[in-house]
Amino acid sequence: MSTYTLSRGVRPSIKQTHKPGENPWSVSRMAALLVLAVLAVTWLVPFGWAVLTSLKSEADAGASQITLNPPDGFSFEAYRKVLSAGDIPSWAWNSLITSVAITLITVATSALAGYAFSRVNFKGKRLLYAAIIAAIIIPPQLLIVPLFRQMLAFNLVDTYWGIILPQAFAPAMVLILKRFFDQIPVELEDAARVDGAGRLRVFWSVVLPLSRPILAAVAIFVFIGAWNNFLWPFIVTTDADLMTLPVGLQTVKSAYGLQYAQNMASAILAALPLVVVFLFFQRQIVKGIATTGFGGQ
Amino acid sequence: MSTAIDTPPATTEEVTAQGKARAKRGETLAGWAFAAPFAVLFGLFLVVPALYGLYLSFTGETLTGAGSGLVGFSNYADALRDPDMWKSLGNTLWFTALSTIPLVVLSLALALLVNLGLPGRWLWRLSFFLPYLLASTVVVMFWSWMYNPTLGLINGVLAKFGAAPVAWLQDPKVAMISVVITTLWWTIGFNFLLYLAALQNIPEQQFEAAALDGAGKWRQLFSIVIPQLAPTTALLVTLQILASLKVFDQIYMLTNGGPAGTTRSIVQYIYESGFTGYRFGYSSAISYLFFALIVLVSLAQYKLINRRSVA
Repeated sequence: MSTYTLSRGVRPSIKQTHKPGENPWSVSRMAALLVLAVLAVTWLVPFGWAVLTSLKSEADAGASQITLNPPDGFSFEAYRKVLSAGDIPSWAWNSLITSVAITLITVATSALAGYAFSRVNFKGKRLLYAAIIAAIIIPPQLLIVPLFRQMLAFNLVDTYWGIILPQAFAPAMVLILKRFFDQIPVELEDAARVDGAGRLRVFWSVVLPLSRPILAAVAIFVFIGAWNNFLWPFIVTTDADLMTLPVGLQTVKSAYGLQYAQNMASAILAALPLVVVFLFFQRQIVKGIATTGFGGQ
Repeated sequence: MSTAIDTPPATTEEVTAQGKARAKRGETLAGWAFAAPFAVLFGLFLVVPALYGLYLSFTGETLTGAGSGLVGFSNYADALRDPDMWKSLGNTLWFTALSTIPLVVLSLALALLVNLGLPGRWLWRLSFFLPYLLASTVVVMFWSWMYNPTLGLINGVLAKFGAAPVAWLQDPKVAMISVVITTLWWTIGFNFLLYLAALQNIPEQQFEAAALDGAGKWRQLFSIVIPQLAPTTALLVTLQILASLKVFDQIYMLTNGGPAGTTRSIVQYIYESGFTGYRFGYSSAISYLFFALIVLVSLAQYKLINRRSVA
């Protein structure tokens, strides 16, 4: 992961906003702190309650009395059962494979296309550009029927490629990268071109190294979207061995029925990878979301 | 390749003209070479299905292919007369109205609070943003458990205060509110982060100048902060309305559109017409009607935002 700052305008995140003359322990600041704490706890409750339930025995989890001190105590029994059933690890693997492929293909194709739009004057450029802008407002949800029939025709239903390909391009990311490339001074590339480097070489050795932070931002955004996407993988997979985590869990949700501890344990296990990644790369992820969310500006 | 290149040029003008033409062709070739990988995927998996869907919407296509063939506008006419279509469209608009306002206002409030510079900043940010990283399925599993009528935490706490249990997902009057609460919890982190980033971009000097003029904190909030955030607010409202109109996952899994169709969204209706009713033509027609609505909303927002930035 790069440690570049994405935008010079964004100040470091640890910032003291109280002025030197201001009392940091004033009543109004304490009131704000209290409100913030109540809201944050409220936000963490569904999470915490799921964790707590997952650590109980099935008998305690299914008891109607709300208690933090269950008679059977806490254990990882539900996790052991869920993991030994074996579905979750294989769904996680499917999610990983498809999300990584989607991210790599999207970043590569968007960067190449964004560069073409930014630097090359080619015939048909304006038409393609207009098509991309128009495409941004087309919700992929509306294409599920024709896309599914197309996948049937291509024999891609119940395959990794069937999950990957319709998600492996992002018009909005092309625009974001184009805007970023527009800001790179052309002189940097001209110097390399005088030395006889071709377009691809210039792109690879001059432009891409300068774009690492924005590429990381795009990659983070695309990966989170792909990892969590539900509707398309849900439509294109029927084979339980090929399901991604969100789709597989949906089938289990009903299968477990009243086994609440195992139900919550599988939800926590599914949530864990991205949460752990977030804890490690919090700053990059926050900046990545902010940058791509603003359309790269 | 054109044959003009092969014939030897007579004059210097011709040489430069040919050189320019060749450079231009080279540019076009290079441009398409760079754009091709994207353009192929874009064409195959967006342009083709969009056009194919438009064609389907004029056919009577079903799973078996029975009744296929062009049927003119009859799918569209059927859709406009279909009370279930209107009901799911109404639900979608109601959900959009109920979710957009708190998702923008509350995220602003959270960002303002976190930006005060109180201790524990990373913890606040983590709490509000974490749910955004969860898959819809996980969110629904958490909240189905919270909303469970007999064993759920919410009714359990209500019982401790002597309140009657609420059928969060089964009561037609409450189900949509429950869906909105879950959505708020899940997606507010994105808006919150964008507001937080925008807040940090407001130049410090503006506050100093305002403070010198004797403007208090609240005064600064309304005279500096909120106006400075206007572009972010406009962007978020746009993104939020478009996202809410497309709602599917959490409703489908929380209530399956129930009770009695009171939470069924338009995307779920499109999905059901296509994949459980197997009426591909009909489903595509509803998709296109809904797309027309999205285009209208986008255009309206574009006009509004542009007028505001001119003023």
